[in-house]
Amino acid sequence: MCLAMPAQVVNLAANGCGTVLLGGVSLAVSLEMIDDVRIGDYVIVHVGHAICKLDTVEAERTLALFEEIAMLATATA
Amino acid sequence: MKYISEFRSGKIAQVLARQIHAAVYPDRTYSFMEFCGGHTHAIFRYGLSDLLPSNIRMVHGPGCPVCVLPMGRIDDAVALAQRPEVILCSYGDTMRVPGTDRLSLLKVKAAGAAVKMIYSPSEVLTIARANPGRQVVFFAIGFETTTPATALLIRKAAQEGLVNLSVFCNHVLTPAAIQNILQSPEVRGLPRLQLDGFVGPAHVSTVIGSRPYEYFAREFQRPVVIAGFEPLDLLQAIMMLVRQCNERRAVVEVQFTRAVTREGNLKAQELVAEIFELRRTFEWRGLGMVPYSALRIKAPYASFDAERRFSVTTRSVFDNPACACGAILRGVKRPLDCKLFGTVCHPENPVGSCMVSAEGACAAYYTYGRFKDSPVGAAT
Ligand code: SF4
Repeated sequence: MCLAMPAQVVNLAANGCGTVLLGGVSLAVSLEMIDDVRIGDYVIVHVGHAICKLDTVEAERTLALFEEIAMLATATA
Repeated sequence: MKYISEFRSGKIAQVLARQIHAAVYPDRTYSFMEFCGGHTHAIFRYGLSDLLPSNIRMVHGPGCPVCVLPMGRIDDAVALAQRPEVILCSYGDTMRVPGTDRLSLLKVKAAGAAVKMIYSPSEVLTIARANPGRQVVFFAIGFETTTPATALLIRKAAQEGLVNLSVFCNHVLTPAAIQNILQSPEVRGLPRLQLDGFVGPAHVSTVIGSRPYEYFAREFQRPVVIAGFEPLDLLQAIMMLVRQCNERRAVVEVQFTRAVTREGNLKAQELVAEIFELRRTFEWRGLGMVPYSALRIKAPYASFDAERRFSVTTRSVFDNPACACGAILRGVKRPLDCKLFGTVCHPENPVGSCMVSAEGACAAYYTYGRFKDSPVGAAT
C-alpha cells in the first residue's frame, strides 16, 4: 500500500503533470506536490503522485559509505 | 532499477550483517519495532532476520493501513458500494479485506455492485466526470504518504465544482500510533513487550519529515532511525539502532537521507492542512480507540465528505475471536501464535486483515515460508 518507487522525470507538462520512467516504463504522474522539478530529476512516486525529490547526492553518499565498509572488511578479512 | 538495485547488494548485506554481529553485546537482547508494513515485507522477502544475530528481535508494528482498518469501516465501504446510485473507487489493497459475514468489496462487485479498482486518486476525477448521473465515492485509506494525493483530489473536485464526487476518509497518522504503543500497558506497565527502539517509516517521513519523532525519542527514551525500504537500508538502520542502544543514546537519526529531511515536504503538508483536520478519536484494529490518530474532511469541504453525504455511522464490530491480528499489530503476538495461520487462514482465503495485505505480518510469514520460525513470540 505504501509502495513508492524512485523514478526519473523525462517530460514536463503544463498542468503540473509530467512523465517519469519507472523500470523502463513511462508513466504519467502529478508533480504538483513538489517545487522546481527539472527533466532528469529523480522523484519518489506513490499512487500516481511524486511525493518528494530523491537527493541523488545523498544517495551516492550512502552508496559510497557502503563501498567503504565493504572495502575495509575485505582488507581486514 | 536506478537507486533500487544498488541498495540490494547481497555482498554488502553480508558485510553489514557481520558489522552488526560484531557490535552487539552478547549478554543482552535488542528488540526493535519496525513500524511499517513495508519494512516487515522487506525483512521477510530478503530473509534479513537470518542475517541478524539471535539476540536482535524484530517486532512487527501496526504500520499497514489495510491491516489497521477496523472491520466496521470495511462494512461501511461495502454498504456504500451496494447503494444503486454509487460507484465506489478503491485501491486494490482494500478489495479483498473481509468485513462482517466475510463480505468484501470484491464479493459485492461479483454480485453486481459498481466497484472500481484504481491506482491513483486522479482516476476518481475522470470517473466522476464521465458519470454525472452517479455518485462516485473514493474509499480513501493510508498513512501520511497517501493523504496528500487524496487532499489534491478534493481540492480539484472543489475547483471543478463536481457535485457527484465524495471521499470516505480513513487516513491515519503514524506518530499517534507510535505514541499509543509506547503508552500501552504491554510496554509501560507489565513489560510484556520489550521495545528498545524503532525503525521509522521511509515514505511517511518523506512527507512529515523526521521532526515529529523527536518527541518520542526524548519523552520515551527510545531511539528512532528512519530507514529506506531496501535491504541495505534496513541493515544500516539496525546497526545505527544497536549503536544508540550501546551508547545509551535515544535520538532520531535518518538513514534514508536520500529522501527524508527534518522538515519533510512542506507543500504536501500545507495541502493536507487545507483539506483535513484531526478527528478526536478513531478506531484502529489492534489498538482500539486512539485519540487524535486520524483525519477527517474540514467543514469548508464538507460536501465532499461521504460520511456526511450518506450519513455513515460506523458500528464497532468484534473481530473473529480466533484471529490474532489485534495482538499481532500491537507486537505482542506473532502470526505463528495464531491457530488459524496457514490452515483456515491463508492469502487466498484471509480471515483477518494481516493476511490480506502483502505488508501484513501474516501474509509476509506465509508468502516467504517462515513456518518453522522459532516461537520467540514477544509475548513470552
Ligand atoms: S493468521 Fe489469519 S486469522 Fe490468524 S492472526 Fe493472521 S490474519 Fe488473523
